[in-house]
Amino acid sequence: MSTRQTRTAARLMMSPAVVLLLGWMIIPLSMTIYFSFLRYNLLMPGTEEWAGLMNYRFFLTDPAFFSAMGNTLLLVGGVLTITVLGGIALGLLLDQPFFGQGIVRILVIAPFFVMPTVSALVWKNMFMNPVNGLFAHAAKFLGMQPYDFLAVSPLFSIILIVAWQWLPFSTLILLTALQSLDSEQKEASEMDGAGPVSQFIHIVLPHLSRAITVVILIQTIFLLSVFAEILVTTNGGPGYASTNITYLVYAQSLLQFDVGGGSAGGIVAVILANIVAIFLMRMIGKNLEV
Amino acid sequence: MGSISLKQVSKVFGDTTVIPGLDLQIEEGEFVVFVGPSGCGKSTLLRLIAGLEDVSGGVIEIDGRDATTIAPAKRGLAMVFQSYALYPHMSVRKNIGFPLKMAKMDKAEIDRKVEGAASVLNLTDYLERRPGQLSGGQRQRVAIGRAIVRDPAAFLFDEPLSNLDAALRVNMRLEISELHQQLQTTMIYVTHDQVEAMTMADKIVVLQAGRIEQVGSPLDLYHKPRNRFVAGFIGSPKMNFIEGAEAARHDAAAIGIRPEHLSLSKTEGDWKGTVGVAEHLGSDTFLHLNVDDIGAMTARASGEFDVSHGDRIFLSPRADKIHRFGADGNAIP
Ligand SMILES: Nc1ncnc2c1ncn2[C@@H]1O[C@H](COP(=O)(O)OP(=O)(O)OP(=O)(O)O)[C@@H](O)[C@H]1O
Ligand SMILES: [Mg+2]
Repeated sequence: MSTRQTRTAARLMMSPAVVLLLGWMIIPLSMTIYFSFLRYNLLMPGTEEWAGLMNYRFFLTDPAFFSAMGNTLLLVGGVLTITVLGGIALGLLLDQPFFGQGIVRILVIAPFFVMPTVSALVWKNMFMNPVNGLFAHAAKFLGMQPYDFLAVSPLFSIILIVAWQWLPFSTLILLTALQSLDSEQKEASEMDGAGPVSQFIHIVLPHLSRAITVVILIQTIFLLSVFAEILVTTNGGPGYASTNITYLVYAQSLLQFDVGGGSAGGIVAVILANIVAIFLMRMIGKNLEV
Repeated sequence: MGSISLKQVSKVFGDTTVIPGLDLQIEEGEFVVFVGPSGCGKSTLLRLIAGLEDVSGGVIEIDGRDATTIAPAKRGLAMVFQSYALYPHMSVRKNIGFPLKMAKMDKAEIDRKVEGAASVLNLTDYLERRPGQLSGGQRQRVAIGRAIVRDPAAFLFDEPLSNLDAALRVNMRLEISELHQQLQTTMIYVTHDQVEAMTMADKIVVLQAGRIEQVGSPLDLYHKPRNRFVAGFIGSPKMNFIEGAEAARHDAAAIGIRPEHLSLSKTEGDWKGTVGVAEHLGSDTFLHLNVDDIGAMTARASGEFDVSHGDRIFLSPRADKIHRFGADGNAIP
């Protein structure tokens, strides 16, 4: 009886928050869905009319859509690969006792606190710039031709920048996971004859699997919507070489003032994100079960 | 296979000396128990033997071979940890087979050995489970199984039963003793528990602050403790110590008498005392007494002894069971 009452009370108390969250989500979503069925261009106000699936047809048959989708997957996959592998390597390094550990750990985390626009600008102008960038200077010092990163391989450059931002996150999570590994387990495996490599494969890596899953899931959510880095560095170009779905939606709706088309793109992006999420949960979600 | 000798082995952490330098000979097939107060260096000594810590000085020989700098896995010793240290993501089968897999043994052979160990330890029904799905006692057995399959020269146990409840502890104690009878392998066992030490050991090593106070068979230590520390540490309830005039009558700085060596009587005896707390266990009765002119003492009567708080009773020590100690704490023969 008492539990029933507290449950009712709990529902009552939670309802404002739930209603607020629901409204927060439902209203923009339904407006987007509504717009996506309209011919709605900001350059021609007052001419909105029902357009059926036309916006979707245009968006999905646009060649830019397929390259954007490929770019999105490449971006997410590339950044995930770099950050997970790099995070494990850095975590293992930082887990060793060494002089100045505290300071180094703070330094490693620092990039996470830099705004995406700022870090992208810093990379673009200070590192990757073919004339003044540090990389160009280094190349010239070594007697090589400077490489114009953002012009020649724009997507790869953006992957580098985004990976640099997310590396601290994965390092931090994987480091704490490493530190939670029971030292008696390591000692037991040592006594069982496992060298450093087999210890890593058979003891450390399985222990990290849950943390790696968390890193992949959280990063995927954010990486599907990378935007600022692209806007600041390449504007999605050259051509569509570095346009992802998010940027394509922006280009559609705001650069071409086509709200209907942009909304359709947005809905497509939501559906794609959900497909990716389902795949991910299928593949690695079981790691999260106790 | 399985003799271990420590020669002047010492261990220093930073600037604290945990083991100042210690000699110990462990014979093949012996069951040796390390006891001592918390923090006296039992675990450290065990880890030195295992090779999980490097010695600061001295030599460890296993089977007559200098093993001081040999890697833990190569020493041929197996260790059972207090937390069991099972690998949580592996099934019981994989856990037990892990050392064999690391030794690059072929799969059929591993399976055969794992199943052999499992049947010895009653784990056959649990081979496909994960450690998380086992009870404490079963986990303990898996940890022992992982040690057995390696055919080690010696087993090292660090308080293996301290996480188990009392009943299970008695069971596992018997099982480990049984295992020792079967395998006849050297075992070194660290414990806090008096009963474990007394019942399992061929030889008990009493440690204090990294020093060996006495080495001997359980009954040796019980009957002939070398000093006050050992006398007080071995035996439960603790030995009573009496100083002053009563000790002087025996030409000693202190005398000790075990609670079970005091005869109790309601009518006559050497000393007279007031009963404080009486613990009636059925099989025994422990009396905490305040003895006139001497002070607090514990006495043990076997069977029931019908007294209660405040009663006055007589007690007399059995003359041949009095231990005499000099001013330096050493026993006077
Ligand atoms: N890594 C270490 N660094 C510094 N001091 C240590 C270290 N390991 C152990 N010690 C010290 O060594 C002493 C002996 O420790 P040890 O773990 O061997 O005690 P123990 O006899 O096993 O105690 P317990 O019965 O409580 O397990 C303790 O005083 C402890 O503080
Ligand atoms: Mg210990």
